[in-house]
Amino acid sequence: MHPAFSVIFLTTLIGIGQGLFLALFTGQVYALANLIPVQESLGFYAVGSLIALLFLVLGLIASVFHLGRPERAWRAVTMWRTSWLSREVIVLPLFMLLVFLYGVAHFFGLTQPLFMVADTLPIDLTLIIGLLASMMAFALFICTAMIYASLKFLKEWYTPLTVLNYTLLGLASGFMFAAAFSAYVSFDLVSLFGIWAVIFTLLGAVSRGTSLARNRALRDKYGLTTAIGVRHPNMKQLSQGFMGGAFNTREFFHGRTAGALRLIRWFFLLAVFPIPVVLIATAYALESPSLPIAAFALQYLGLIAERWYFFAEAKHPQNIYYQSMA
Amino acid sequence: MTQLALVIDLNVCVGCHACVTSCKEWNSSGWAGPMPDENPYGADPSGVFFNRVQTYEVGCFPHTETVHFPKSCLHCEDPPCVPVCPTGASYKRADNGIVLVDYDKCIGCKYCSWACPYGAREIDAQNKVMKKCTLCVDRVTDESLPEAERKPACVLACPTSARIFGDIHDPNSVASVAIREQGGYQLQPEWGTQPANHYLPRRRSQMQIHEDELIRADNPLRKEEVEMPIEQGDTLDDVAW
Ligand code: SF4
Ligand code: SF4
Repeated sequence: MHPAFSVIFLTTLIGIGQGLFLALFTGQVYALANLIPVQESLGFYAVGSLIALLFLVLGLIASVFHLGRPERAWRAVTMWRTSWLSREVIVLPLFMLLVFLYGVAHFFGLTQPLFMVADTLPIDLTLIIGLLASMMAFALFICTAMIYASLKFLKEWYTPLTVLNYTLLGLASGFMFAAAFSAYVSFDLVSLFGIWAVIFTLLGAVSRGTSLARNRALRDKYGLTTAIGVRHPNMKQLSQGFMGGAFNTREFFHGRTAGALRLIRWFFLLAVFPIPVVLIATAYALESPSLPIAAFALQYLGLIAERWYFFAEAKHPQNIYYQSMA
Repeated sequence: MTQLALVIDLNVCVGCHACVTSCKEWNSSGWAGPMPDENPYGADPSGVFFNRVQTYEVGCFPHTETVHFPKSCLHCEDPPCVPVCPTGASYKRADNGIVLVDYDKCIGCKYCSWACPYGAREIDAQNKVMKKCTLCVDRVTDESLPEAERKPACVLACPTSARIFGDIHDPNSVASVAIREQGGYQLQPEWGTQPANHYLPRRRSQMQIHEDELIRADNPLRKEEVEMPIEQGDTLDDVAW
């Protein structure tokens, strides 16, 4: 497939937004369990939610460039029964709304317990909204990834690993951002977020590595034999029916050499997984406030390459009909 | 239920592209249009077509044969392009099985084109909506036309009658009879899309010729024995597989 930068930015940016929100909420749950000191609502949660929202809005803006007719995008909510894209279009704004409400609730300090559970666990408004938003964040990971994982003849995508990769890589980059941000404003949560970022990054390395190995072993199920229905061992295309380009030759081919593909794969394998982990570990040892930022920035660059490769990796069966110009 | 479809005879198609041009003509100016061209007279022309004729070479040289292969939306009975559409712009008509795009609803997200394994959909880069073969729904359902003209433009244009149009759910239609009696098949059946359009296979055309048909009994001029000026070589039928 031809990787479209609108979709690359959409999926990576909202991934950070979702991961970052989940990091914030993890912080709140940790504080509730007295594992970390309670954070001041305004500075930490409200600003954090605002930044998460910013990433989501940036992703949304990127997605607009993918649509031919963005002014009709509201129509995309109608087919949620069958279309994962439609489901994403519903879940993304819902999630954004909940993140917004979560930030607002923290901004106005609505953290007085509404009721107690089992006499020990105080439940306040932010906790309820946060829980709902967290569920939405995971629903959004599933919707986004299922857009690709549900296309059964794009075999590179048609696997639960796609959903796992989107989720783990989103979590990794979101927690990485949370660590970088905490380091920047010198919250003492760097190590909490850093540790989770490293865990998600390593899990992501395993699942992405598995999917790369799986895709390498895939064999094309289709061939010219069934594509045109002629049974002969020796066939080739002489003409695809036109001399210039067409939608079919642009949308479904990445047009890069195998060497370039290999380069991009190695770049993302290094930039997304080992280097950020090393940087975070070094930052922990040196108590450096800037290394986590470098770790996040590098991982994000790597994720752009990873998403690019994800699209380029998928071979569409229609390509069999477009093997020869003339 | 009716399922309108094309049955394309690969044994008859000569690759003249008459169907391609007549499709473009009819649909550019009709309900499904326009079908804009980008840069039509420039170095890298491109444009929307609902139907393309491709050419394949089968066999090893010199025993090769050329197969012309017209390709358009197959109006699948279980079309994977329809459920993925987020807006409901892509739909399959309940009354005749034609798969269509509602251009007023389409947001140009291209998701349906990813979901079609045959590459049958093309985006209209000017109007920013998805386009595809409509099986000339505006012709075939137009009761003001004489019965004989209620057929897709490609079918009417084909000079060799390689394209048969009909209801494949009616066992007595010309299309169904052709599929049944001439080994009609579907493209990439492994995906389970159940394309409605079928193709009739290439066949070996052979004639049984008896000696007495070549040598006339009463043959005063003995023409058959005259030497040809050059070696005639094999005919197409000699190399058909
Ligand atoms: S050929 Fe492609 S566009 Fe046409 S109905 Fe089948 S899946 Fe849909
Ligand atoms: S491009 Fe149009 S018809 Fe295709 S899936 Fe998107 S909205 Fe539906």
